[in-house]
Amino acid sequence: MIKLNINNKNYELDIDPDTPLLWVLRDIIGLVGTKYGCGVAQCGACVVHLNGEAVRSCVTKISRAAGQNVITIEGLSENNDHPLQKAWVELDVVQCGYCQAGQIMSAAVLLRENKNPTDKDIELAMEGNICRCGTYLRIKKAIHLAAEMQRNGS
Amino acid sequence: MEQSRSILNRRSFLKSSLLAGGGLMISFAWFPGPGLADPSKVSDLPEQWSELNGYIKITPENIIKILNPNPEFGQNVMTSLPMIIAEELEADWQTVVVEMGPHDSVKLGPQFTGGSNSVRMYWKPLREAGAAARHMLIEAAAQTWSVPVEEVTTKAGMLYHGKTGKSGTYGSFASKASGIPIPQNVTLKNVKDFKVVRTSQKNVESLKIVSGKPLFGLDYKHEGMLIAMIQHPPAFGMKLKSFDAAEALKMPGIIDVFSQQLYEDGYEQAGFDTRTFNELLVVVGNTTWEVMNARKKLKVTWEPIVDSKETIAGRGGKKEVVIPGGLESTSTQLEKMQEYAKKPAQQLRRDGDPETAFKNAAQVIERTYNAPFLAHNCMEPMNFFAYVTDEKALVVGPLQAPGWTEPTLSKILQLPADKIEIQMTRMGGGFGRRAYAHYLIEAALISKKVKSPVKLIYTREDDMTYGIYRPMYTATYRAALDVNKNLIAFHVKGGGIPEHAIHANRFPAGAIDNYLAEGWEIPSNITIGAFRAPRSNFNAAAEQSFLDELAEVMGKDPIDFRLELLKRAKEKPVGKNNEYDADRYAGVLNLVKEKSGWNNAENKKYSRGVAAYFCHNSYAAHVVDIIMQNGRPYVERVFSAIDCGIVVNPDAATNMVEGAVVDGIGNSFYGKLSHKDGAAEQNNFNRYRMIRHSEVPKKIEVHFIQNDIDPTGLGEPPFPPVFGAVANALYRSTNKRYYNQPYFDEFLRQAGKPENKRSF
Repeated sequence: MIKLNINNKNYELDIDPDTPLLWVLRDIIGLVGTKYGCGVAQCGACVVHLNGEAVRSCVTKISRAAGQNVITIEGLSENNDHPLQKAWVELDVVQCGYCQAGQIMSAAVLLRENKNPTDKDIELAMEGNICRCGTYLRIKKAIHLAAEMQRNGS
Repeated sequence: MEQSRSILNRRSFLKSSLLAGGGLMISFAWFPGPGLADPSKVSDLPEQWSELNGYIKITPENIIKILNPNPEFGQNVMTSLPMIIAEELEADWQTVVVEMGPHDSVKLGPQFTGGSNSVRMYWKPLREAGAAARHMLIEAAAQTWSVPVEEVTTKAGMLYHGKTGKSGTYGSFASKASGIPIPQNVTLKNVKDFKVVRTSQKNVESLKIVSGKPLFGLDYKHEGMLIAMIQHPPAFGMKLKSFDAAEALKMPGIIDVFSQQLYEDGYEQAGFDTRTFNELLVVVGNTTWEVMNARKKLKVTWEPIVDSKETIAGRGGKKEVVIPGGLESTSTQLEKMQEYAKKPAQQLRRDGDPETAFKNAAQVIERTYNAPFLAHNCMEPMNFFAYVTDEKALVVGPLQAPGWTEPTLSKILQLPADKIEIQMTRMGGGFGRRAYAHYLIEAALISKKVKSPVKLIYTREDDMTYGIYRPMYTATYRAALDVNKNLIAFHVKGGGIPEHAIHANRFPAGAIDNYLAEGWEIPSNITIGAFRAPRSNFNAAAEQSFLDELAEVMGKDPIDFRLELLKRAKEKPVGKNNEYDADRYAGVLNLVKEKSGWNNAENKKYSRGVAAYFCHNSYAAHVVDIIMQNGRPYVERVFSAIDCGIVVNPDAATNMVEGAVVDGIGNSFYGKLSHKDGAAEQNNFNRYRMIRHSEVPKKIEVHFIQNDIDPTGLGEPPFPPVFGAVANALYRSTNKRYYNQPYFDEFLRQAGKPENKRSF
């Protein structure tokens, strides 16, 4: 039995401890906001927070998450009102949208650690997240906007 | 609305708009808005929809639902197509509910995402559908109120009769209106009266996307659903010989392992039935991870294929195609291309007397350009859900062309079309790849075999190594100049594996007296298909690089040189069937020249390259500014000018162009799918380099030509000329011309640096 806490809910799972967190979330728990893109930690579509740190769930064995707190895109905010989510909508960032949950989850850790990131900070923090549609410029603007909202307490 | 506004105070919104830089001011409303309404509320709606036509349903409470007919893969048709209906319907866009329509070509039209066609082909039908529904509502109100039809007016989902002061919602007349015959001839709005179209409206699915709602094919769930994967041969030119599944079957969660033929022998393929491997080795189990693991336990023997013939009924009629055996490698393919380039080729267009002109030339310039196969690399790998029984089939997933897939599925399953239900999910990218729905047919056959609902999943490696690539291209361009450096003849001879890219009737055809275009092809077992702006995505690199070099030799400014040719094409066009409009072509060049400050001294610090191209009925020009940083070139700024007629949703269209620019930079710098002994040498993002955050320009400035021409394509046209503009800017940055893609590999080679192996 593996116990873990996902989006502030407790789960007990009888599962192969080598199973990647990604597939536990998607196939077992039914949280499909976390995406499969490459399976080898190269694209960032599967980023979730493990005890507050951004990890690639496709290469994170469920045993590593045991007894710990996982936050997925579905649990990032209570009313989908995290500054990043608001900024993403406000600036109409998405095209196909598939990578965006991973982008937002990576950006959320950046914003927590750095209240006023520069372009360079954003590039460094986000380099592991691929957007095939090429919305990078809007992602960057949205992170700046979210940082601004966060500083203004909105 | 009031409550939601308080989340983001006015001041911070104003500031954020400035921060967004150059974007259009968009009214901010949190939550409400088209399609952003709480989905639970929508599903609680009474079952009282009155259907006015296939696209429009209205409840008595005046909730207006618009079905988007065309598959969404990031081009934003879920928003832009319903906007067109809302415009003519005179609905209040902010209260409209948008839903993806099912596959139903009778009610919802051609339903094809590709060829930059969505807005172009739906523009008139959707305007008519909106106008017709509005007319039916007016008629219903006029009958009820006993007033003349022409005295009833509409505004934002309401009907009014001025003289009597009567008014009512669309919803209150929807039921009656649905019984009125759909009018055949309706008057459409004057373009200058548009209130929704030509305004920036937010993506109706944004909130669902940023909150992780299940929208994509891979997210689809069904009671009792199993997971399937296919073990493909390790290389093109191989097929299944035998397998031993004993160990795989012992793995936890595994239901079945079997092999299955996709198309029966002699099956006549429709144009988009392309598939790479016909013998499928299938593993079916309960969960993705279990199937992945079991697949590794298969013991498989593969064998080489021999030459075969396939009958393909494409758009150009039925033809026999030879699929050669053999294990191909990029190095030998390049040698073969050089050999074929010397042979006689098929003449595609000829004006004047090019041979004599070349013979008499004072100077001949000849350059050859090469480009590799490209993988689409949609972020969501290929997948499809199928539940097939003896009586019917339900298939759900990411698909660009349901109307082309259905006849194939019907044939293969031997089920009539009315027993087949196709639902299109949002696609995690498409770029042409999902017009080839072999994965849907595979899923259906697997479901039929295991008699269960099944989702077929391709891993990234399956997806990248399967094919349907952008072909491998080459082209040799020649120009003849007289003693006064006038351009007297032009010759392009293009080849490809397995197709060439030449568009013989495009610019500069029509602008040069003596012109020759030729093409040749080398058959291959590496499968190819449409990739964002097929063929154009190579031509705009090669031709636009060549014109740039030509202008330099002739001592002319590259924009002025193109404008001179276009002037000639307009005033005294050469030959017939010139596909482009010289004025619109010149229009984007002039606009990009102005907006980029082409001749301004302060821009001298950048290495600037320009290119323009026409495809999918639209015109695009870019100026790319490159800087050297950390010993390598980066695109720092891009200025884009686009003529695609009326722009339905300006901010979304800008997003699309920005994306095309980034995609163009990424693919021209890094895109490459190479082969060794038939096997793809890149099978995941650690080997296939994709453009990333730090490599994107600091600024992409997008400008649209303002005109009232019916909309033409936008998804593809901005993409091809990026390649040419990048190549030309690289030349000014490094003083070396770029003839071979990907350009970053070429840069490293020229700079004597180690090969590009870094993924990021």
